[in-house]
Amino acid sequence: MRYSALRILKEGLTGNRGWQPAWREPEPKPEYDIVIIGGGGHGLATAYYLAKEFGERNVAVLEKGWLGSGNIGRNTTIIRSNYLLEGNQPFYEFSLKLWEGLEQDFNYNAMVSQRGILNLCHSDPQRDAFVRRGNAMRLSGADAVILGPDEIRKMCPYLDHESARFPITGALWQPRGGTVRHDAVAWGYARGADRRGVDIVQNCEVTGFDIKDGRCLGVETTKGPIKAKKVAMCAAGSSSRVAALAGLRLPIESHVLQAFVSEGLKPVLPGVITFGAGHFYVSQSDKGGLVFGGDIDGYNTYAQRGNLPVVEDVCEGGMAIMPMIGRARLLRMWGGVMDMSMDGSPFIDRTHVEGLYLNAGWCYGGFKATPASGYCYAHLLASGQPHETARFFRLDRFRQGAMIDEKGVGAQPNLH
Amino acid sequence: MIIDHPLLGPRDAAEFVVLGDASLIDRPDGMTATVEEMHDYAYLRDNPAGDHRELWYHEQGDRSWLVVTRSTLTHEVIKVELARNVARAQGRSR
Repeated sequence: MRYSALRILKEGLTGNRGWQPAWREPEPKPEYDIVIIGGGGHGLATAYYLAKEFGERNVAVLEKGWLGSGNIGRNTTIIRSNYLLEGNQPFYEFSLKLWEGLEQDFNYNAMVSQRGILNLCHSDPQRDAFVRRGNAMRLSGADAVILGPDEIRKMCPYLDHESARFPITGALWQPRGGTVRHDAVAWGYARGADRRGVDIVQNCEVTGFDIKDGRCLGVETTKGPIKAKKVAMCAAGSSSRVAALAGLRLPIESHVLQAFVSEGLKPVLPGVITFGAGHFYVSQSDKGGLVFGGDIDGYNTYAQRGNLPVVEDVCEGGMAIMPMIGRARLLRMWGGVMDMSMDGSPFIDRTHVEGLYLNAGWCYGGFKATPASGYCYAHLLASGQPHETARFFRLDRFRQGAMIDEKGVGAQPNLH
Repeated sequence: MIIDHPLLGPRDAAEFVVLGDASLIDRPDGMTATVEEMHDYAYLRDNPAGDHRELWYHEQGDRSWLVVTRSTLTHEVIKVELARNVARAQGRSR
């Protein structure tokens, strides 16, 4: 079923009796060409692009819980391509281009809204660093504008522009950045993949791998064994647990990142705003809630909840840059488990086990990467070759000394 | 989270910074270790779901290093030791 305005009109006039479930609920077949472990945003996007762009129809996505129950529904919905390093920026720009055409591509309203992202800076050296970053962005074909204090004052009069400690000295603005309705991304990809023959199997946990002579032949699941020519791990947050079943140790720690939303307010924020002197970022959802977040809690955890010290820290950051936020009441907060990698950058690579592939290590930047991650992973699975923009995301890059350390803090995952 | 410091009693976890897996105590000898050993030590982690031994530093307190055994599923603190004692017991200290 294709969604369109005409269809809504027709269904509305006939009692909405013609709508069908957006995807099937199949039992797994005994064998597939490709089995994807993890039915989150990246796994579903991988399945979608495998079927649509690379002609792979005999594909299954195995999801332990329900579809999109992990970080695809727990993030703060921001899309952007404002990275510095050669290993990252072309990939994220590729992703932003895919976001721009996504809704037409998969015929689903994901509410992609390019309302802009404003990274504030608070000192001259920070401004220099942002100018350099902006230039790197433009070299990759992305858009980047450096704004001065007056322009920012016009755009966001309610920020604390003249604070003695952290005055706003400028900003890096990416007009093409923005927000997306995150659940709809999972649903859109799931529907698109399902329509092209991909089996999405929910409530099916992978409990082991069938590995013989260094070759992966399939997986053991709670719904029985499934054979596969290729097995693709795609379970960020729990990557280490899944990989451990195959005897792999990963350069990853699992950490919790908290997110917050206020009560609904009238439109006040034009786009996404990030505070450059503390870790705080905020945008406003179409429902009106201020959606904001900050740092990870800092300790290893698989619990999808954090602790109060970080709540306090995030709210302090908000009060420092945007004092009016203190008048809004906090409505909800929640946590998501992140794959924090050793250099803050992800992995899209094969493993030393033949036929076993890894997509992991997205830290807290996985949502914006969803389309490109799926596309590049599908490219790797179908052709055996890394996609041009993802060729630096190798699992052995620490051995090779080819880290992609955007922040420059070294092998300390809780600082990335 | 409350960390029951062996010397100071129960303290708020916000007083600490956390470094990570306590296996970081077992640094290979840089003069004799192979590249593989050094790589695995510096970059690979078990990252278990369950009990995890990790290094915490009491920055806002007595600046001692602790080995905290904590569940990564429930955040329950199970055991707290002075890292010095743990390291000595493993023959790390001279």
